[in-house]
Amino acid sequence: MAKTSSTLANKKTVIKTDLAGQTLVTLRTLTEENPAALATYEKLGGYAQLKRLVTEQVKAPEIISQVKVSNLRGRGGAGFPTGLKWSFMPRYYDGTKYLVCNTDEGEPGTFKDRDIIRYNPHQLIEGMAIAAYTLGARVGYNYIHGEIWQDYEIFETALAEAREAGYLGENLFGTNFSFDLYAVHGYGAYICGEETALIESIEGKKGQPRFKPPFPASYGVFGKPTNVNNTESYTSIPWIMEHGGQAFADLGVPNSGGSKLFSVSGHVEKPGNYEIRMGTPFKDLLAMAGGIWKGRQLKAVIPGGPSTAVMPASAIENATMDYDGLSKAGSSLGAGSMIVMDDTTCMVKTLKRLSYFFYEESCGQCTPCREGTGWVYRIIERIVNGKGKMEDLDLLTDLSNNISGRTICALGDAAATPVLSFIKHFRPEFEYYIQHGKSMVDGK
Amino acid sequence: MLIQAHIQAHQHVPGGLMPLLHAIQDDIGYVPDAVYPDIAKALALSVAEVHGVVTFYHHFRTHPIGRHVLQICRAESCQAMGCGKLEAELKSRLGVDYHQTTQDGQFTLLPVYCLGNCGCSPSVMLDDEVYGRMDTEKVSELIDEVCHG
Ligand SMILES: NC(=O)C1=CN([C@@H]2O[C@H](COP(=O)(O)OP(=O)(O)OC[C@H]3O[C@@H](n4cnc5c(N)ncnc54)[C@H](O)[C@@H]3O)[C@@H](O)[C@H]2O)C=CC1
Ligand SMILES: Cc1cc2nc3c(=O)[nH]c(=O)nc-3n(C[C@H](O)[C@H](O)[C@H](O)COP(=O)(O)O)c2cc1C
Ligand code: SF4
Ligand code: FES
Repeated sequence: MAKTSSTLANKKTVIKTDLAGQTLVTLRTLTEENPAALATYEKLGGYAQLKRLVTEQVKAPEIISQVKVSNLRGRGGAGFPTGLKWSFMPRYYDGTKYLVCNTDEGEPGTFKDRDIIRYNPHQLIEGMAIAAYTLGARVGYNYIHGEIWQDYEIFETALAEAREAGYLGENLFGTNFSFDLYAVHGYGAYICGEETALIESIEGKKGQPRFKPPFPASYGVFGKPTNVNNTESYTSIPWIMEHGGQAFADLGVPNSGGSKLFSVSGHVEKPGNYEIRMGTPFKDLLAMAGGIWKGRQLKAVIPGGPSTAVMPASAIENATMDYDGLSKAGSSLGAGSMIVMDDTTCMVKTLKRLSYFFYEESCGQCTPCREGTGWVYRIIERIVNGKGKMEDLDLLTDLSNNISGRTICALGDAAATPVLSFIKHFRPEFEYYIQHGKSMVDGK
Repeated sequence: MLIQAHIQAHQHVPGGLMPLLHAIQDDIGYVPDAVYPDIAKALALSVAEVHGVVTFYHHFRTHPIGRHVLQICRAESCQAMGCGKLEAELKSRLGVDYHQTTQDGQFTLLPVYCLGNCGCSPSVMLDDEVYGRMDTEKVSELIDEVCHG
């Protein structure tokens, strides 16, 4: 019956999204009545892969090779090949190894992982348990974004169900494989999505990123080898184990395997999460989301979250939604958080808000990021207040180039990218604002 | 006395500082700086480390606040869907600016950057619940509900 998905967290307003045209991998329980329940997931073959791999004692290299074949790339935004990352974990190690799931998604416009823990928490748990078995991790944490309390509870309930059913805990399926998984609360800091900041936060410290290398695979939680993956990455694993790496790769295009969740928001008729095959044309995705609202024109798209470059309509209209497709078109896939802007959007004001976000969220460790993001924000604010000068545009570009690549973590680059791309593609709008002291778009 | 109980419950948990601060805030609504020395002592940290963690995370509050917390999302999707109007109207309705508490001590108004509910913008969060597709009227109803319910 209920062939609908919703992206909302409360009983009062639920928006429905037609499932037609989607390829459900990580949200496959959405076709069922009670998507988050253990019984639902088991009915769809859930936990069978974990049980098979563990009871048949399938060897780690065999599992890792399937993950490599699948072409699964990290869904947290960086797109690092998951199979390759797994192969970095030390095989023989006398001590606790850890597994961490990154459900911090704090980037504006990103809301896919919350739907996974809300509608299909067991597939995530199974994916993590398979990873733990493969990598020899004894303890796992799922670090969940601070503002989503209701979803946190759904995940806690699923954990309890899985423990009760013998999918988590000591000596699983009568073997010597044991795995404990815990939920950890984030506390509303965007930077804690960066994997090493997240690790510091799990340890009970300020979420300030560490230098990489060493990568978490050699120095992670409490200094122990740790594998960090995004929620959607782990949740893809049971499907890959069931159907084989090749089948997953075949869902997508070369270099981008699988289905991928896209969070579509902004000026569309039907915002929400859409799970579609990698390589789907942008136009099809936009059509699924109901097209631009109120019959207006498309102006620009931020395809992968604010840390990816903005694209004018002309650049994205013929692009495909996959790693290579978007990078050829001048941006990147990021976490698949697509923010759509119609022709009434003032790019200058939009950039002001984005730059405030990065300024506010900088952890303050590196001078270029801490000071640079503040300067960028103040200059754009000055422009918006009608006090901008023409030189400001070059100054902004220069400042951003000096943040990029000179910091401990990628937040510095993430902050510079919008500034550079907004000015590059919408320079006349910025110039108009400076000359007239008001927006070319809304006249205010 | 209560705070001591929280400290005892968390002092031997690895990485226990954050859950401890959380428990304290849940209990009394904020983390008073007067308890930093006790926490530091129990967890073998410096007072500066405790202070650092409390002030780093937006979630932790250092001062008492209203009985209820209303957060309005100001990030991209919600801006596109008109949260600017919503925040102006709510500020005037409640008679407070961001980070202030209403005179009757009922509500504290806070800005927040993305509640992960962008598909249903504009979003607000009242205490622990997120609400989507909001306008001033609907938020006012929620406010009335928590005041009288
Ligand atoms: N989902 C979200 O809300 C957000 C996502 N992002 C994304 O995050 C990305 C940046 O993330 P980072 O973790 O800084 O990228 P990264 O490129 O440093 O690392 C990607 C992953 O591969 C691993 N890795 C890379 N090289 C390795 C090596 N030689 N040995 C072992 N492991 C290795 C890292 O440990 C990490 O897990 C950006 O591209 C951005 O799109 C940024 C902000 C928010
Ligand atoms: C500022 C910043 C924020 C990040 N936020 C997230 C996040 O919310 N979720 C996430 O999975 N990865 C995030 N990342 C990327 C992580 O550092 C890491 O690459 C990812 O969790 C690895 O998992 P994956 O390989 O499965 O993508 C962020 C990176 C940076 C620099
Ligand atoms: S780049 Fe910014 S957020 Fe990242 S560690 Fe440096 S100061 Fe912190
Ligand atoms: S932008 Fe408001 S909930 Fe995401």
